[in-house]
Amino acid sequence: MEKEKHHIVAFPTYLWVLVGLIILTFLSVGITSIELGELTVAGALVIASVKTLLVLTYFMHLKFDKPYIRIMVGFVFAVFLVVIIITFFDYYYR
Amino acid sequence: MEHTVHQTHDHYDPEASKIGMWLFIFTELLLFGGLFVIYSVYRFLNPEAFHLAAEELNRAIGTINTIILLVSSATIAMATSAIQKNNKRQTLLLMLVTVLLALTFLVNKYFEWGAKFGHGIFPGSEHMIQTMSKGEILFFGLYFIMTGLHALHIIIGMAFIIFVMVLTARGKIHSERFALLENSGLYWHLVDVIWIFLFPLFYLIH
Repeated sequence: MEKEKHHIVAFPTYLWVLVGLIILTFLSVGITSIELGELTVAGALVIASVKTLLVLTYFMHLKFDKPYIRIMVGFVFAVFLVVIIITFFDYYYR
Repeated sequence: MEHTVHQTHDHYDPEASKIGMWLFIFTELLLFGGLFVIYSVYRFLNPEAFHLAAEELNRAIGTINTIILLVSSATIAMATSAIQKNNKRQTLLLMLVTVLLALTFLVNKYFEWGAKFGHGIFPGSEHMIQTMSKGEILFFGLYFIMTGLHALHIIIGMAFIIFVMVLTARGKIHSERFALLENSGLYWHLVDVIWIFLFPLFYLIH
């Protein structure tokens, strides 16, 4: 078997991602301190999703993995989203 | 003289290992996913009670713990880079930092839960049954189950990383063979991702 080249991620990349994640954390604390009603929940969840995307892409190496792994991960998250949406269709229209 | 080559068949397949780890992570995502669905439905049914109960949680500890986990995720990811550069010392140091940060997270969690117990907030507490509404009791039930299950994952993750540290120190994991270290990192990032959602849902949304 041929040796596959493994992408070595440089330390600064990880540190920049970390800085981004910490800024987003403070942003979500800030955004939920203001009364925005329904938007507070939406805002916090959008920020959490962006943070998750950063962790998946860089920390979990999906950016450097083969596409099929990315497709698998995307599929599982999509299944979860569909489950949430269907559950809420049920509760919302009762 | 003839040479007979005895090849020891050593089944090392990093790609397969990685797929296996991801499949396991998917089952974990669906385990926590189910709990998140339960949380959102109960929150939808008891919005005021969830608001009121969330006020009890300490935002500062939640934020500090979030940052601790994010930093520990970065250090374990850096450990994977360090082993590929064959820097054993740095790899071990980065993993040690990760484990210590995980321990700090648990210590914070201990004080946080301890304070709740001190205020009579724990599963099956008389105080809760007498003074709280059904919705608030539900909130705290979910809080203890979800953060408790997450804390259990932190403990398992720490054990996993310490195991990989021992193998790295013994030279079983090196720049040509580091799938296990990478997989322990994947597990640790999963624990981080779950916390990224637990934090706003329990601590931030009032």
